[in-house]
Amino acid sequence: MTRTRGPLTRMIALARPRGSRFALGVLAGATATAAGVGLLVVAAWLIATAATHPPITALSVAVVATRALGVTRGLARYLERLVTHDAALRTLADVRVRVYARLARTEPIHRFRTGDLVTRLVSDTDATQDLLVRGLTPPLAALVTGAGVVTVATALLVPGGVLLAAGLVLAGLAVPLVAAAAGREPGRRRAAARAALSTAVVDVVHGAPDLVVYGAMPAALARVEEAGAELTRVERRDAGLLGLGAGASALIAGLTLWGTLLLGVGAVGSGTLGAVPLAVLVLTALAAFEIVAPLPGAAARLGAVRAAGVRLFDVLDTPPAVEVRPARPVLPERGLRISGLRVRYGPAEPWALDGVDLDVPPGRRIAVLGPSGAGKSTLADVLFRFRDPDEGTVLLDGVDITTQEPDTVRARVSGVPQDPHVFASTVRENLRLARPDASDPELWDVLERVRLASDVHAAGGLDTEVGTHGTRLSGGMRQRLALARALLVEPDLLVLDEPTAHLDPETRDAVLDDLLAATTGHTMILITHDLSRLDRFDQIVVMVGGRVVRRGAPEQLSALPGGYHAGLPSQSGHSGGPALCSR
Amino acid sequence: MRPLDPRLVRTTRAVRVHLAVTVTCGAAATGLILLQAWLVAHAVAGAGAGIGAQALAGTVGAVALVALVRAALSAGAETMALRSAAVVKSDLRRRLVRHVAGGDPATADGGELVTLATRGLDALDDYVARYLPQLVLAVLVPAAVLVVVVRADWLSALVIALTLPLIPLFMALVGWHTQARTRRQWRLLERLGGHFLDVVEGLPTLALFRRAKSEAALIRRVTEEHRTATMGTLRVAFLSAFVLELLATLAVALVAVEVGLRLLYGHLDLETALLVLILAPEAYLPLREVGARFHASTEGLAAAEQVFAALERPRTGATHTPEPGDSRVLPASRPVPARESPGTAARPGPAPEIRFHDVGFVHPGRSEPALAGVDLTLRPGATVLVTGRSGAGKTSLLSLLLRFTEPSAGRITVGAPGEEPVDLRDVPAQEWRRRIAWVPQRPYLFDASVADNIRLGAPEASDAAVRRAARLAEAEELIAALPDGYATRLGERGSRLSAGQGQRIALARAFLRQETAQEGDAAVAPIVLLDEPTAHLDPENAAAVRAGVARLLSGHTGVIVAHDAGWADLADEVVHLDAGRIAAPVGTALPAGAAR
Repeated sequence: MTRTRGPLTRMIALARPRGSRFALGVLAGATATAAGVGLLVVAAWLIATAATHPPITALSVAVVATRALGVTRGLARYLERLVTHDAALRTLADVRVRVYARLARTEPIHRFRTGDLVTRLVSDTDATQDLLVRGLTPPLAALVTGAGVVTVATALLVPGGVLLAAGLVLAGLAVPLVAAAAGREPGRRRAAARAALSTAVVDVVHGAPDLVVYGAMPAALARVEEAGAELTRVERRDAGLLGLGAGASALIAGLTLWGTLLLGVGAVGSGTLGAVPLAVLVLTALAAFEIVAPLPGAAARLGAVRAAGVRLFDVLDTPPAVEVRPARPVLPERGLRISGLRVRYGPAEPWALDGVDLDVPPGRRIAVLGPSGAGKSTLADVLFRFRDPDEGTVLLDGVDITTQEPDTVRARVSGVPQDPHVFASTVRENLRLARPDASDPELWDVLERVRLASDVHAAGGLDTEVGTHGTRLSGGMRQRLALARALLVEPDLLVLDEPTAHLDPETRDAVLDDLLAATTGHTMILITHDLSRLDRFDQIVVMVGGRVVRRGAPEQLSALPGGYHAGLPSQSGHSGGPALCSR
Repeated sequence: MRPLDPRLVRTTRAVRVHLAVTVTCGAAATGLILLQAWLVAHAVAGAGAGIGAQALAGTVGAVALVALVRAALSAGAETMALRSAAVVKSDLRRRLVRHVAGGDPATADGGELVTLATRGLDALDDYVARYLPQLVLAVLVPAAVLVVVVRADWLSALVIALTLPLIPLFMALVGWHTQARTRRQWRLLERLGGHFLDVVEGLPTLALFRRAKSEAALIRRVTEEHRTATMGTLRVAFLSAFVLELLATLAVALVAVEVGLRLLYGHLDLETALLVLILAPEAYLPLREVGARFHASTEGLAAAEQVFAALERPRTGATHTPEPGDSRVLPASRPVPARESPGTAARPGPAPEIRFHDVGFVHPGRSEPALAGVDLTLRPGATVLVTGRSGAGKTSLLSLLLRFTEPSAGRITVGAPGEEPVDLRDVPAQEWRRRIAWVPQRPYLFDASVADNIRLGAPEASDAAVRRAARLAEAEELIAALPDGYATRLGERGSRLSAGQGQRIALARAFLRQETAQEGDAAVAPIVLLDEPTAHLDPENAAAVRAGVARLLSGHTGVIVAHDAGWADLADEVVHLDAGRIAAPVGTALPAGAAR
């Protein structure tokens, strides 16, 4: 039912718990603007009255009011800014927690593959703050003050009030909205031109070696020039449009002043308006346009904020990826038994896993092998309870894992997910993620098991900061850290999804050796496309296109024609491991 | 903080033109502000004094005229300012990209520059089009208002003259006092802001370790800290705006009361009093606008600063020789190594022998040599496999052959066995590279069609030649499986293809280069350079690439760089590099199994 409301309304609704703070902010903002306009209005009255040479006591209230308004404006503005920013930041905290909680339940691994998308999501969340501070408070404050000013003008001279109201609505509502609407198409053109330029620049910078060696750099530079010229052309053409917006605002303000003057002078001539009210009316019209000055900026921003809101609610409206199914009888057996497992990413998508059967008795270590796209990582996702199977069952010690809460399963099945994340914190914090109560000796022990202890010691101990994405560690160290984390959980089933990806062959073999030594006696599934050290596993399973095409003990498989990879080209060319299949 | 980067004015003509236009428009705008104030004061005072509407018709009509002209001026000034901004950005961008393209391609540091050349420069929009014009007005308008007001009422002028300078002074004081504090806090803010990103990126890992729920509480806590810290910064940052608003309005209030009282005692007439009242806020308005756009100015100046810093950074490589006809693309001021002048260009024969004589190489800014005392001979038609760990100098060796860098010691000579060998440095780099077929470890694919990607080194090659090259590279099937075959666009950085598929397209590129080099006017036997061609590939792709590589190497001079001896069966010689030196004696190839 909430889907029918627009994203902007829904974003504003997120701020409802902070409603009173925002109301205070709007009030302070209105007070600040009103003080600015009021100062000129009162001063006009003061001067026009003084010109009639009344006794000084007649002016004393106006004198005090003028000075008070002079101080009020600054104070109210300061208060408004503090209050609205504070309320917006509090709302941002709520939104962040909601987005995070939702993401945690929808399992982002398949939706947010690239860092770029995550970055965008985070900035979309921050757009809430932008909307509340710049898009919500100024228009509301302008509405309050504008109504007040129009009331004053109407009380003085009805046509003058109507004229001022029309001028304010035009300058504060029509011009910003029309300008924002008219700017949408140029904005798209600019975005397209900028994207083309960005691609061309990326090519020149990142593709430099290839371009230079193949003599194509001059052509690539010419493309950048061309794309840059196109962007400049678009920007120059659209500059006129933006200029028109600025001109229209100035024109409306100027003509309203002129109209007020015309009406006022006429009214004085016909005796319906006094000299003092005329001065007040004209200066009101002169000062009133300060009220609507921030609105074009706010309107121009709304498009981007709305787009951010659409993406944000797209995340917030996604249903959870896994559900807990009704309990089923527990079978008296040990180990992992997968039967008839089928998974696909959507009703129209091909099967990522197409009828996989797999038995892993306790204490056995098996390697799942296959080219990219064979469904290996999907298998890990099901075991980690990141996604539900579409068909088939996964029994762990006789219990169907889909009948259990994800966290219950993850207490027993753990390991290294694809691209394990290393958090921008210390070594200790990254390890204790897996077991918050682990003591330092326990941490050192597990680091010892993955042969990372001496490196961590050399780097400065458990308190060493690892940097964003663990960039201060080498690739091998990062993988060992992820492995240590998995071992700390002491799960019944250890699932390692490509734990040696992105490592050079020597490091890879060293990590594998240490991994195999550290997991002796564990039930383990290792997912890989490398052929190194396969002879040390109890069983090899070869997957292609979501099916198991071959399985058996390493010596059995390597003896078969075609080796581990039935139906695949010979492996003798792989620069990595030794040519096991020829043994 | 400087309002204007002198380098921006000095080097960019568009900025100078823009400044002139802005000052002119600013002066006109100032005149119109004064004129409008006088017209309004005259009409209001006149009407009050009983002058009829008829007599004031001219004055009132003039207000409409001023409104029209002000609107036109405002539209025109904004349009011109934005156009200037576009030109300034385009100028800086062109210089930046040319500068980067002129450096050593292997060391160009990318991401930051890409961002700067595209989004980063947009910060100049607000700076050039909004901040600079306001800055001009902030000088012109107060001065003009003072001149008018001092003639009308010297006491009001005194109030304005005394408060105006207080605004920049107080703002500077507040800024100076809070600068260190805010800088420290911004750093904290950045860290706290980064936390949310880190946590969202690491969600699968957190979920796996059953920490997802407890992390939600942590996010709330960190965001709360973020709020407290931000508010601490803002409380101070808003102070300067507070001072500005307070002084501006209080000064207007003082002027109003002072003028009112003088009017009461008959020292002034109404028209003058109104004129002063209307003009007083105008004196402060541009200052407030400048204050409001302070961020735009810092961001714009920071972007300009970054561009100039990048332009002033010396280029590491000196071997990117311009084509004879590409002076249009490369600025004339670019340093061109003296030895590369076409007059002394040496042209080695079609199938030369390449010899390293005691070659050493040190990366600029490092003390440890990447290569030292390397003696190596690449015989025509033979393949050498260079093995070694990461950092052993394999990449530096390839960089020298690709002419991305030049030896710091020793020399590389080329020449057929019978002829006088020439120093590689005397061979124009562009010409030398024309005989190289190179397959890097991570080839770069462009967001163009498959065919155009293969044609990179031979834009004129026929479709038939492209197909032949794809077939030789074992890429034919994968291209046929793409939706538009050879016309399929590969997406940014070839995102449509897997690493292995991309590697095969790169192989096709090399085959096409080989073919065109052999058939060109000065037919030469191309040299094949390969950098870990199958690292990080799955076995299926690795096997296909390997088959293609074997074909590419057959009968050609070749160098393969790899971690281990897995490629030994394709090589005539195996050389092992260790810490920049040739460790194992140069010998004949060892059998694949024995190499380990």
